[in-house]
Amino acid sequence: MAGQVLKKLIPSIKQAVSCRCYSGGRRTVTLIPGDGIGPEISASVQQIFEATKVPIDWDPIDVTPVRGPDGMFNIPQKALDVIHKHKIGLKGPLATPIGKGHRSLNLALRKEFTLYANVRPCKSIEGYKTPYDNVDLVTIRENTEGEYSGIEHVIVDGVVQSIKLITEEASRRVAKFAFDYARANGRNTVTAVHKANIMRMSDGLFLKCCREEAAEHRDIKFNESYLDTVCLNMVQDPTQFDVLVMPNLYGDILSDLCAGLIGGLGVTPSGNIGEGAALFESVHGSAPDIAGEDKANPTALLLSAVMMLRHMEMFREADIIERACFDTIAEGRAVTGDLGGKAKCSEFTNEICSKIAEQV
Amino acid sequence: MASVAREILRSSKKLCSYAVRRQLHLQPARAALASSEPVSKPEGHQTVTMVPGDGVGPELMASVREVFTAAGVPVDFEEVFVSEVQPAQSASLETVVESLRRNGVGLKGIIATPSQMSGGILQTLNMQMRNHLDLYANVVLIKSLPGYKTRHNNLDFVIIREQTEGEYSALEHESVPGVVESLKIITRKNSMRIAKFAFDYATKHNRKTVTAVHKANIMKLADGLFLECCRDVAKLYPKIKLETMIIDNCCMQLVSNPHQFDVMVMPNLYGNIVDNLAAGLIGGAGVTPGESYSNNVAIFEPGARHPFAEGLGKNIANPTGILMCAANMLRHMNLSFYAKVVEEAVGKTIKSGKVRTPDMGGYSTNSDLTNMIIRNL
Repeated sequence: MAGQVLKKLIPSIKQAVSCRCYSGGRRTVTLIPGDGIGPEISASVQQIFEATKVPIDWDPIDVTPVRGPDGMFNIPQKALDVIHKHKIGLKGPLATPIGKGHRSLNLALRKEFTLYANVRPCKSIEGYKTPYDNVDLVTIRENTEGEYSGIEHVIVDGVVQSIKLITEEASRRVAKFAFDYARANGRNTVTAVHKANIMRMSDGLFLKCCREEAAEHRDIKFNESYLDTVCLNMVQDPTQFDVLVMPNLYGDILSDLCAGLIGGLGVTPSGNIGEGAALFESVHGSAPDIAGEDKANPTALLLSAVMMLRHMEMFREADIIERACFDTIAEGRAVTGDLGGKAKCSEFTNEICSKIAEQV
Repeated sequence: MASVAREILRSSKKLCSYAVRRQLHLQPARAALASSEPVSKPEGHQTVTMVPGDGVGPELMASVREVFTAAGVPVDFEEVFVSEVQPAQSASLETVVESLRRNGVGLKGIIATPSQMSGGILQTLNMQMRNHLDLYANVVLIKSLPGYKTRHNNLDFVIIREQTEGEYSALEHESVPGVVESLKIITRKNSMRIAKFAFDYATKHNRKTVTAVHKANIMKLADGLFLECCRDVAKLYPKIKLETMIIDNCCMQLVSNPHQFDVMVMPNLYGNIVDNLAAGLIGGAGVTPGESYSNNVAIFEPGARHPFAEGLGKNIANPTGILMCAANMLRHMNLSFYAKVVEEAVGKTIKSGKVRTPDMGGYSTNSDLTNMIIRNL
C-alpha cells in the first residue's frame, strides 16, 4: 500500500521538482542597451539568446541621465530600482557626455551596487590572428578604492597630492573572490600582482590579505609577483599566467594590456561582481561614427553575456553560445570589419544563430 | 705637512684629468683620432663608478671589465658594492653618492628591493640614491636587435620617466588599523623639468613626436598637472609634436601596434610599467639598456630593473644589455671610438646568432657570449 502510494507520488514529485526548476530557472535580466552601437549589438545578443532558448527574460531600461535636484545629471532612480530587483544586468557601452555636471555613469553604477571586482577573461580567439597565441588568463581587479579613490588636493600651487587608499576589508574581499572564482572555474593558480617593494605599506596590506586568503584555499596555487615583472613576462610569454588579482590601477592597466594581446576591447568580455548585483558589460567605446550602420561587432557583449550565463550557472547554454561564436570567427566567412571580414553585424549574428540551431 | 702636500698633489691630479676631459669634450674629432691608438698615459684614463648591484650584477660587470680590457678602453672602474638584501657587505649610501658625484659617470647593475622594510624606512636604497643625486630622468632605449626575431620587429623608441616623485614618494600611513593611505606627489617643478628633458632629448636625437602618458581622466589634479606641464613645454618646441595617451590604452597599443611610438614621457610608476613592457617586446631585461640623468651625474644601467637573483652563479645572465649600457656610457664620455667598437662587436655577435644565452632561446653561457663578443671586437 505504502509502496503504491509512493509510486504514485514519485512522478508528481518529479514533476513538481522539475516544474520548480523551470520557474526558478526562468529569470529576468536587466538590459541596458547603451549608446551608439549599443542597441544594435544588444539586439544581436537577444536574437542569439532566443535561438538558444535560454530561459531568460529581458527587462530593458533606459539610463539616460536626468537632472537631479542638486543640478547634477544622474541615472534615473527607476532604472536603479530595476537592477536592484533583478540583481543581474547586461550593459552595452555608455558614453559619458563631456561637460559640467555629468558624473561618469559607469562610476555611478559601480558605487550604487558596490561592484568591487572587475573580471576579464582573455582567451585567444582562433581565426583572429595576433602576435600572441594560446592566451588564456583572467584578470581580477579591485574596483572600489586604490588610486581611484578620487581624493586629491593641491597642497600649495604646483604641488598636488593624490591619495591611494587600500583597506583590509576591500583587499580581503577581492582576494577571496579571486580564489573562489579560480575554484569555481577550474583554474589552478592565482597570482597577486603588487608593487610592495615600493609601496611597502599599502600594497603590503593588499599582499598580506592575499596571502591569508591563499592559506584558506590550499587547493589553489598562489604566486606573488611585482607589477613590472608581470608586464615584462606578459609580453614575452602570456601563457604562463592563469588568474591575476590586483589593486585598481594595476588592474586597469593589465586588463587592457591583456585585451591587447588577444585583439583589443572588441573581443574582450568583462563582468563586474558586486555585493548588491552583478553587471556584465562590453568595455569598448560606443563608436558613434558607425552607429546604426549595422557594422558593429557584437562579440564583446555576447561573450560578456556568456560570462553572465556562467555566473547564473547556466553552463550548457553558455557553452553552446560560446562555441558557436568562436566557430563563426574561426571560419572567417561572416565576420565583421574589425575582425578582417566584410560581413554586417546582422549576418554575423545570423551565422551564429544557424550554428546554434544545429546544436539545440 | 706631508698631508697638506698630498692634498695638493691629489687636487692637481684631479685638475689635470679634468683638463684632459675638457679638451676631449671640445675636440671630439681629434679625440676620436687620438683614441684610435690606446693611450698609454694614465692621465688619459677616466674613472667611472661601478655599482655591481645584486643578483647577476657582479657577473655582468665582470663581462664588461673583460670586454673593456680586450678593447683597451681607457676607463678605470671604482667599484662600490651597495645592496639592500646583503646589508653586511654593503657600503654606505654616502660612499656611493660621493663616488658618483666625484666621477660624474656610473655604470650600475640592479639593486634588489625587498618588500619588507628594513628599520622602518619606507624608501628603498634605489630611491634614496636617486633622491640624493637628484637623478630625475630615466631614459630607456627600445631598439630591436638586428638578427634577433621577436613578436614585434624593427622597434625604435625611447621611454623617458620621471623618477624622483609620483607614487615613489614613500609617504604612507595607516590612518586607522586596516586602512592605509599612500601619497602620490606631482609637482609642477619636476613635471616641467622632465617635460623639458623629453623635448630636449627629442630635439637632440632628431625625433618627431613626444607622447605624454597619463591617467588624467581619473587623477584629474595630479596627472592633470603633469599633462598641463607637458603642454606648456610643447609650445616652446614647435617642430616637435605632442601627443597624449592614457596609460591603459598605451599598454594596449604597445602590444598591438608598438611602431607608432617615438619618444614617450611619463610619471614614475607608469614609467616603471611601460619600461618593462617595452623591454619585453624586444627581448627582455637582458637586452635593454637604460640611463639615468641628473644635472651633473649620468648613470648607465639596464632599462628593465630585475636583479635576476635566480640566475646567480649559473653563468646564464645575458651581458648584451649591460654592454650596450657601457657603450652608451663611453659615448657620453666622448669616447665614441670605443663606444662604436663595443657596440659593433655586440651587434655582430647577436646578428650571427650562433651564441645565445637561455633568455634569447639559446644554450650558451654568459662567458661564451662574452668571449664571442671579444673575438668580434
